[in-house]
Amino acid sequence: MILKVFFLILILSFCCKTLLLGQIYVESPDSIQHAINSAQSGDTIIVRQGVYKEANIKVNKPLTMLGENFPIIDAQGKGYVLEILSDSVTVSGFKFINVEQSYTKDFSAVHVYGVKNFAIVNNVFENPYFAIHIEKSKWGVIAENIIIGNAEKEHNSGNGIHMWHCSRIEVTDNRIEKMRDGIYFEFVKHSSVKRNKSKNNIRYGLHFMFSNDDVYEGNLFENNGAGVAVMFSKKIIMRKNTFRLNWGSASYGLLLKEIYDADIIDNTFEKNTIGVNADGSNRVMFERNNFNGNGWAIKFLGACYGNKLLQNNFMNNAFDISYNGSLNGNVFDKNYWSDYTGYDLDKNGIGDVPYRPIKLFSYIVNRTPETIVLLRSLFVDIINFSEKVSPIFTPDNLKDFHPLMKPVK
Amino acid sequence: MLKILKYGFFDLMRSRWSYIYFLFYLSLGFILLFLNQDVSKAVITLLNIILILTPLIGTLFGVMYYYNSREFTSLLLAQPIKRSNIFLGQFLGIGLSLSLSLVLGLGIPFLAYGLFQSTEIFNFFTLLLIGSFLTLIFLALAFNLALIFDDKIKGFGLAILTWLFFAVIYDGIFLIFMLMFDEYPLDKFALGATIFNPIDLSRILIILKLDVSALLGYTGAVFQNFFGTSFGMFFSLGLLLLWVIVPVIAIVVKSKKKDF
Repeated sequence: MILKVFFLILILSFCCKTLLLGQIYVESPDSIQHAINSAQSGDTIIVRQGVYKEANIKVNKPLTMLGENFPIIDAQGKGYVLEILSDSVTVSGFKFINVEQSYTKDFSAVHVYGVKNFAIVNNVFENPYFAIHIEKSKWGVIAENIIIGNAEKEHNSGNGIHMWHCSRIEVTDNRIEKMRDGIYFEFVKHSSVKRNKSKNNIRYGLHFMFSNDDVYEGNLFENNGAGVAVMFSKKIIMRKNTFRLNWGSASYGLLLKEIYDADIIDNTFEKNTIGVNADGSNRVMFERNNFNGNGWAIKFLGACYGNKLLQNNFMNNAFDISYNGSLNGNVFDKNYWSDYTGYDLDKNGIGDVPYRPIKLFSYIVNRTPETIVLLRSLFVDIINFSEKVSPIFTPDNLKDFHPLMKPVK
Repeated sequence: MLKILKYGFFDLMRSRWSYIYFLFYLSLGFILLFLNQDVSKAVITLLNIILILTPLIGTLFGVMYYYNSREFTSLLLAQPIKRSNIFLGQFLGIGLSLSLSLVLGLGIPFLAYGLFQSTEIFNFFTLLLIGSFLTLIFLALAFNLALIFDDKIKGFGLAILTWLFFAVIYDGIFLIFMLMFDEYPLDKFALGATIFNPIDLSRILIILKLDVSALLGYTGAVFQNFFGTSFGMFFSLGLLLLWVIVPVIAIVVKSKKKDF
C-alpha cells in the first residue's frame, strides 16, 4: 500500500513537473545524449519517431524519457544502449536493437545501476543480449515491455529481465520470449512478478536464486526449458500461475530446490513432463492446484519433509506422485485423484477408503527408466493392483486418508 | 473371392454374435460417456478396453468361425475356386464385420456426445483404427492356428494362449528382462521388443498421442528421436500393417499346402 501511494505521488509529481518544467524534443539526426546533457533535472525528453544510432547513452539526472511511436535506438553492437545512473528516471515507448553480445560483460539494452524510483514501461526489445539489467536498485517498476530474443544456446545468450541485489521491484504485464531466462532474480527481496507471459525460453521462464519474500502471481509459463526454477530461497508465494507444455527430459513446470516455507496456491500445471520437481524442499504448502495431464504431477526427490498437499486436483496424469525413498514425511489430505476407485457410503463427499498415490510402476520407472515403454500395459496394471493390496516397495504410510469424490473447484 | 467375402460378411451379419458384439460396444460407449461426461477421459478408459478386448474377440471369432464352417469350406474346396480366394474371402468377411461392429458401436455414442466439438477427435480415430488393426491381426493368427490344428480343443486352447501371451505374459517377461539387465543401455532393446508384439505396438501408438509428456521424461537419445517426432507414429503404423500382411500371407501359403 505504501509502495502504491509512493508511486502515485511519484507519477503525479512527474505530471506536475511536465507542466512546470521544460520539454525537450529530439528529432531524428539529433543526439539523445546531447539532449540529456542539456536538460535540467526533472525535464521531459520526447524522442520523435526515427532511428537513432547511439550506444551507451548515460542518463545521469532525474528525467522522463518518452518515445513517440517507438523510435528505434540502435547500439550497433557497441555495449549498452541506455544506462540509468540517476534516481527517478522513467523510460517509456522506445525500441532497442543491436546490443553487444559479449562473453565477459553482461551488456544490456537498459542497464540500471544503484538507483531508486525508476520505471521502465512499454518498451520493445528486439534480439537483445540482456534486455533489462538491474543492479543494486530499489523501488522500481518494469511493466508492459515486450522482449523477444533469438537465444539458441545457454552459454551465449542473456536473460530478459535480470536483477541482482534489488528490492521492492514490481515486474508486471511483460511479454518475454526466446531468451535464456525470461526473468532472473538473484538476491532480490520483497518484489513481485505479476501477469507476465514468459514463453519459449531455453532455460527457465522465471528463475529465483537466493531471493526471499517474493510473490509471483497470475503469470503464464509456456514451453520453456523449465517453467519456473526456485532455488535456495525462502518464503516465496506462488499464486494463480499457469505452467504449460514444458516438455523434455529435464523439463519441469516448477523446479523447487532447497526451498523453505513457500506457498504454492491455485496454480495450474498442464501437460508438463514433470509438473513439480521438488528437491530438498521443506514446509511447502500446496493448495488448490490443478495438475492436468502431466507425465509426473509431483516428483519428490531427496530430503522433502513437512510439505502439505491439500485440496489439489490430480487429473489424468501418467503418474501422480513419485518418491525416491521409502520414507514419507509429507502430508496428503483431501485431494481429488482421478485414479481413485474407492466409494463414499455416507455421502459426505470424502472417499471411505484411503488412496495411495504412488504406484509400483512409478517405483520401477525410477529404477529403470526405459521401462516407461510399458506405460498403460495390462501387466503393469496387474502389478500395480497387487502392490496396492499389499504394499512392499512403496512407502506404507503414504496415503490420502480423505480423498475427495469430486474435483475441487 | 468377393462372393465368398460377401457370404462370410452377411453370414456373420445375420448371426446374433455380431449384434451382441455391436450392442456391447454401443452400451459401453454410452455408459462410459454417461459416467464421465468427459470425452478425453473416456478415450483413456477405452484404450485399455480396446487393447485387451479386440484381440480376444478377434481370436475367438476366428477360431470359432473356422471350425464351424469347416464342412462348408470343404464343399467350397470341391468347386473350381482358388484356395487362397476361399480363405482370404472368409478372413476379410469376418474382419470387416467385426471392425464394423467396433467402429459403429463406439462411433455412434461418441458422435452423440459431441466428439466433433472435442479436441480428442484425432485420438479417437487413432483408437478405432488401431482396434480394427488388432482385430485383423488376431483374426489372421487364429486362422493360422486353426489351419494347423484339426483338433478343435487344441486349436481353441492355443488361440487363447496366444492372446494371453501377447496381452499379458509378453510384457511380464519384457519387464523382468529389463529389470535384470538394467545396468546395460536398454533403449534400443525396449523399442525393439515392442515390435514383436502387436498389442504393445498399438499401445505405444496411442500413448504417443496421450502421454507423450511422460514418455519424454526419459533422457535417451533413441527415445527422444522416436517419441519426439512424427517418425515414431509412422513407423509403428507401418509395422502394424506388416503385422497384418505377414499372417495373411501365412494363411495363403498354409492353405495351399494343407491336405483337407
